[in-house]
Amino acid sequence: MIKFENVGLRYGLGREVLSDLNFQIAPDSFQFLTGPSGAGKTSLLRLMLLSLRPTRGLVHVFGKEASKIPPKHMPTIRRKIGVVFQDFRLLNHLTTYENVALPLQVRGKMEANYRQDVTDLLDWVGLGERMHVLPPVLSGGEKQRAAIARALIDQPDVLLADEPTGNVDPPLARRLLRLFIELHRSGTSVVIATHDLTLMDQFDARRLVLNSGRLQIYE
Amino acid sequence: MRDASSSIPGDFRSMNEEQKPDRDKKKSRTGTKQTNSPKRPLKSGKTIVPGETVASTALTFVIAIMAFLACFTLGVVAMINASASKWQSDISREVTIQIKPADGREMDDAIRSAGRIALSYEGIAKVTALNDAATARLLEPWLGSGLELSELPVPRLLTVTIADGAKPDFAGMRARIEAEVAGASLDDHRAWIDRLTTMAVTMVLIGISVFLLMMAATVTTVIFATRGAMAGNRDVVEVLHFVGADSKFISKQFQRHFLSLGLKGAAIGTASAIGLFLLLATWSSFSVATPQGDQISALFGTFWPGWLGYIGMLAVTFLVAGLTALTSRWTVHNQIRILQDYNRIA
Repeated sequence: MIKFENVGLRYGLGREVLSDLNFQIAPDSFQFLTGPSGAGKTSLLRLMLLSLRPTRGLVHVFGKEASKIPPKHMPTIRRKIGVVFQDFRLLNHLTTYENVALPLQVRGKMEANYRQDVTDLLDWVGLGERMHVLPPVLSGGEKQRAAIARALIDQPDVLLADEPTGNVDPPLARRLLRLFIELHRSGTSVVIATHDLTLMDQFDARRLVLNSGRLQIYE
Repeated sequence: MRDASSSIPGDFRSMNEEQKPDRDKKKSRTGTKQTNSPKRPLKSGKTIVPGETVASTALTFVIAIMAFLACFTLGVVAMINASASKWQSDISREVTIQIKPADGREMDDAIRSAGRIALSYEGIAKVTALNDAATARLLEPWLGSGLELSELPVPRLLTVTIADGAKPDFAGMRARIEAEVAGASLDDHRAWIDRLTTMAVTMVLIGISVFLLMMAATVTTVIFATRGAMAGNRDVVEVLHFVGADSKFISKQFQRHFLSLGLKGAAIGTASAIGLFLLLATWSSFSVATPQGDQISALFGTFWPGWLGYIGMLAVTFLVAGLTALTSRWTVHNQIRILQDYNRIA
């Protein structure tokens, strides 16, 4: 699904923050991306999301080399990748319900067809009573759950989550992990960037460890 | 994005219900189980593009001011054009016959003959001879009151009024009057009309130039104000892009929103300009008998820019609104092009 070949990344004229990355995210796989703060986890997720271009090497997404993807096909690729941003990126003028329903709305689906799915998912992530609320009123944990729900609502082929449990208490973090596992079981490849060792210990999965810009993989 | 036959919420429901957060099972103070308020609308009714922001309010305000100035300029230009045409037509609708006195010349006979000759031509509505009293009034500023015309060799005047749309044969009339009435001459005001035409054309050209400059300022201001307002929406464009919206969907949302802002601002500006003209027209009609009112009416007419002026103002409204929408669309397209084109990403 996603394949990196000798990928390197540097910002400006600085040193390479990511070097010689060679790995792939297989269909129906689950992996944690971990490493110390500043190791480049977010940069690597952005490379996978195609919102950042490597300074060298090739990135393949769904069988296509990224630089050969025509711009008009990019929305189709985006629809296959669900993303949970570290800073949530919720639209502050829309309610929680509307934020979560946004991916379905932009695909032109009728609200009557997705209303139940969205409310069920919001119930499940514990935001059932907060669905009419605007994001500025939500706590950090609630925003995070809303962002996760938005990434999951259309069952993407790949889910990229940047510190998805960073703002929640351990019980809710376990609950969200179960959600990701369920999603993985239903066929989605999941990449969770985290430095929460307790969370990783709860599920035996492949670990991609970034250290000093280099990647070590523990299958 | 797979087949939704195994919908996520369904899978979630199959999980342990007891693991759901406690708040789902909380009871309200009345003891009834709290629900998701099914009767409460789930949608806020807000558009995807944020509506009531400081930037959009400021943009509406700027558009209203620029539309007002553009419409006001257009109205004044239309008014000057109408007034200049009226001056021209008022003067060109009259010619004057002058009869110089001379020893032994019977002025009353000469006046009658000249009037008869003028009336014999087609397109002449009436001929009015200025009587002694009117002539004395005319000369009063120079020669003082109590003037006895019989004691002075004062030329006598006849005003010949031309019927609307008629073009009498002035050359023939001039030749006959000068041949048949001794001491008579015909003045068709050609020199005045030429000067007035030149002045009117110059004024209208200056007005059009001012209007074009005003429109250039309006277009530039609206473009930059719209781009300024769009800068605050960069995050919205990015989020929409990352959740899979295509450029057509995103630009449609922004174009619709900014068209509405542009229409609102331009309508306020245009309505204010029209209101100002109506106010001035009302004031002008109330001060019609006063010296100041007469002077202003002579210069500007009745503050009526004409139907063409009002149609032009409506055109300015739609032009400004369309420009706002197109600028937002163009700005969004530029942003999306960078987001969508992998080879342009930094």
